[in-house]
Amino acid sequence: MTVIQYVVLGAALFAIGVYGLLVRRNLVLILLSVELMLAAVNLNLVAFESLLATSEALGQVFAIFVITVAAAEVGIGLAIVIMIFRNRQSANADELTLMRW
Amino acid sequence: MTYLLAAEGSYGTQGGFFADTAGIMLVLPLLAFLLILAVGKRLPNEGGEIAVGALAINCIWAVTLFVQNMVSPVVTEYTFEIGRIGSGLSFEFGWVIDGLAVMMYFLINVVGLIVFIYALGYMHGDRRVPWFFAAFSLFAGAMLILVGAPNLIQLILGWEGVGLASYFLIGFYWEDMANVKSGNKAFMVNKLADVGLLLGAAILGVVMGTFSFSEMEHLATTGDAALGGVAMVAGLLLFFGAMGKSAQFPLHIWLPDAMAGPTPVSALMHAATMVTGGVYLMARTFPLFQNLAQDARITMVVIGAITLFAIGLLALTADDIKKVLAYSTVSQLGYMMTAVAAGGYTAGVFHLFTHAFFKALLFLGAGSVIHAVHSNNMSDMGGLKEHMPTTYRTFVIGSLALAGIFPLAGFWSKDEILATLGHEGYTAVMWIAIGGAFVTAFYMARAIALTFHGTYKGHGHPHESPPVMTGPLVALAIPSVLFGLFNIPGVHIPGIGNFAEWLAVRGVAMGDHHAESIDFFLAGVGLAAGILGLLVGWLIYSKDRETQVARDSFEVPLLYPLLQRKYFLDDLSDGVTYATMGPIARFVDWTNTYVIDGIINAAGGLTVLLGRFVYNGLDQRGVDGIVHGLTAATDGAGNVMRKWQSGRVQQYAAGFVGGAIVLAAVFMFVL
Repeated sequence: MTVIQYVVLGAALFAIGVYGLLVRRNLVLILLSVELMLAAVNLNLVAFESLLATSEALGQVFAIFVITVAAAEVGIGLAIVIMIFRNRQSANADELTLMRW
Repeated sequence: MTYLLAAEGSYGTQGGFFADTAGIMLVLPLLAFLLILAVGKRLPNEGGEIAVGALAINCIWAVTLFVQNMVSPVVTEYTFEIGRIGSGLSFEFGWVIDGLAVMMYFLINVVGLIVFIYALGYMHGDRRVPWFFAAFSLFAGAMLILVGAPNLIQLILGWEGVGLASYFLIGFYWEDMANVKSGNKAFMVNKLADVGLLLGAAILGVVMGTFSFSEMEHLATTGDAALGGVAMVAGLLLFFGAMGKSAQFPLHIWLPDAMAGPTPVSALMHAATMVTGGVYLMARTFPLFQNLAQDARITMVVIGAITLFAIGLLALTADDIKKVLAYSTVSQLGYMMTAVAAGGYTAGVFHLFTHAFFKALLFLGAGSVIHAVHSNNMSDMGGLKEHMPTTYRTFVIGSLALAGIFPLAGFWSKDEILATLGHEGYTAVMWIAIGGAFVTAFYMARAIALTFHGTYKGHGHPHESPPVMTGPLVALAIPSVLFGLFNIPGVHIPGIGNFAEWLAVRGVAMGDHHAESIDFFLAGVGLAAGILGLLVGWLIYSKDRETQVARDSFEVPLLYPLLQRKYFLDDLSDGVTYATMGPIARFVDWTNTYVIDGIINAAGGLTVLLGRFVYNGLDQRGVDGIVHGLTAATDGAGNVMRKWQSGRVQQYAAGFVGGAIVLAAVFMFVL
C-alpha cells in the first residue's frame, strides 16, 4: 500500500484551493475554494488511515467530523453571501472594505 | 446612666417619673432656641409662642418636683459620663434632684414663664423679636443647665451660657453704641471673675480628685483637715467668680449698665435668676465653706456687707427707674451673699427665692411704665397712679415686699438674714444690714413718689398696658405677698413642713442655723427700719411731687456728688482699663503690623516663589511633557498600524497563508 498518489493529489487540491481563495473575487467561488481545501484534508485523513489502519478508524471519524463542520460552514457562509448580495447588489470581495479603519 | 443615692439614704429611695425625666427641662429651652432661629420669623408671635411653650412644659416638671419635694423628698443625681482623664477625673453631664436644685428649677421656670408671657406684649412690634426670644430661650436653657449641674464642669458650661445670652440681650439694641459698650462691659467684667471660677474649679478638681458636687460634699464633711488650706484658696477663687456673676462690690459695675437690654431681660436675667447664679454657686458648695474653708468667710461677709449698703445708696440718686432697681438688685444680692457667707444657707437662698418674685415684679412694673411713657427717666414720669392703676398697685406691693414690710415675702427673708447674722456673731454686719433695709425702703419710696404721684411731666398720653402685661404683674404680686409665709420661724405646715426643711434636702447635712422662734426684737427693728425708710423717703420726695422743679431737692453736700459719680468706681475701672490696656493694645498693634505681618508676608512671598517654580518647572514642563509625549507616541503608532487594517479579506487571507507557510518552514527546517 502506498499513499504517495493520494498525498500528491491532496497537496494539489489544497494548492488549488489556496490559489482560488486568494485570487478569486466572487464570494461563492472563495467558499468553494475553502471546500476544496477541506476535501484535500479529508483525502489525507482517509489515506493515512488506510495506511496505518488504527483499530478505532480515527482517520475516517475525523473525516466525517470535517465533512459535518464543512456542511455547517458552507450553510452559514452562503447565507452571509446572500445577505451581502441583497444589501449591496454585489458579491465581490474587493468591494467589501467596510471593516477598515 | 448611674443612679446615685445620697450616702445617708434617709431622704427616700426612688426619684419617680418626674425626677427620672427632669433632664428634659434642661434640653427643651435649647431646642426652642434652635427652633425659633429656624422658623420664628414665620410665626404670628415671631417665635414667642415656642419660647413660652417650652417653659410651660418645663413648668409641669418644675412645679411637680417642687411639690413632690415638700411631701416626699428625694436626693439623687443622674449622670452620663462623656469623657475621662486617665482613670481619675471624669466629665459627666446630668441633673441633680435635691432641695436646692428643685427650688431653682421652680424659680427659673415659673418666673421665666411669667416674664416670657409679659415679653409677648412688651416686645410686640419691636425689632428682631425672633432673635430676642431665641436668646431668651438660650438663657433659660443655660440657666437650667447651671442649676441642674451635678459637677463643676457642667456648672461652668451653663455659667458661660448665661453670660453669653446676657451679652446678646444687653446689646440687643445694638444700633446704639452705648448698648454695645454695656454688653462688652458686662461680658468682660464677668470674664475677669470667671478666671477665679475656673482656677477654683481646677484646684478643687485636682486636689479632691473629682468635680462632682456630691462627692465633694462627702469629702468636705468626712475628709481630713489637710484639705482646709487648699479649700480656702479654692473657696475664695470660687467666690471671686460668684462676685462677677452676682455683681458684688467692686465687680458690680456691669449690672447697672446691663439695664440697656429690654426690660423683660432685666427682670428675668439681671434681677431674678441669672445674677443669683453666684449665690447659687455659694449655696451649692456650701458644705465646703461650712466644713473646710471657714476662714474665707470674713472676707466674703465684708464684701457682701459693703455691697448691700454702699451700692444700695447709689439707688438714691439715679434718675433712670431701671437703674434704681438695678442698684437695689445689687444691694439685695449683697444680702444673699452676706447671709450664705456668714453660714446662713437657708437665709441666703430663701431671700434669693422671695427676691426673685418681687424684683421681677418691680422690673415688669417699671417696664409697663416705660412702655407707656417711652422713657426710662423718672423726671419724665409722675402722676401715673391714675393712668395705670394695676401697674401702680402691683408696683407698690413689690416695693413693700422689697422694703421688708410685714407680712410680705421680703419681711420674712430679710428677718431670717438678720437673725442668722446675729446668731453667727456678725453683729456689726447685722446693723449694717438693718441700715441697708432703711436705705432700701427709702429709695423705693422715692421711686414710687417720683413715678406714680404728682403730675405727669412726660409727653403723650400714658395708658395702662394690655392684659398680657398686667396679668404677669398680678401673677407675680401673689407670691410676693404670700411666699414669705413658707418660712416663718418655728412654723411647720402640717404635711409639708417649711422652706428650711425643703432646702435642707441635700446629700449631706448643711449644718446651718435656722431659728425656730421669731426674735421679736430683731424683727421689730428690721420692720421699723423699713417703715422709717418709707416714711422719710415719702416726706422728702413728696415735696418734689408738688414743685416738680428740682427733682432731687434733697441733696446732702459731699455725699450727693459722690453717689452721683457712683463712688468714682466707673471712672476708676475705665481709667485702669485705658491706662493698662492702651499701651498693651498699642504694643499688640505694633507687633501685629511689623512682626506678625512681616512673618506672614515673608511666608506668603516664599510660597508664591515656590508655587511659580512648581508650576512652570515641574508641572508645565515635567508632568505635562510626559503626558504630551505619551499621547504623541500613541497617536503616531496608531497612524502607522491602522494602515494594515485595510478591510480586504483576501489580503488578510494571504497574510494568513504566508504565515502558515513560514511556520511550516520553521517547523520543517529549523526545529
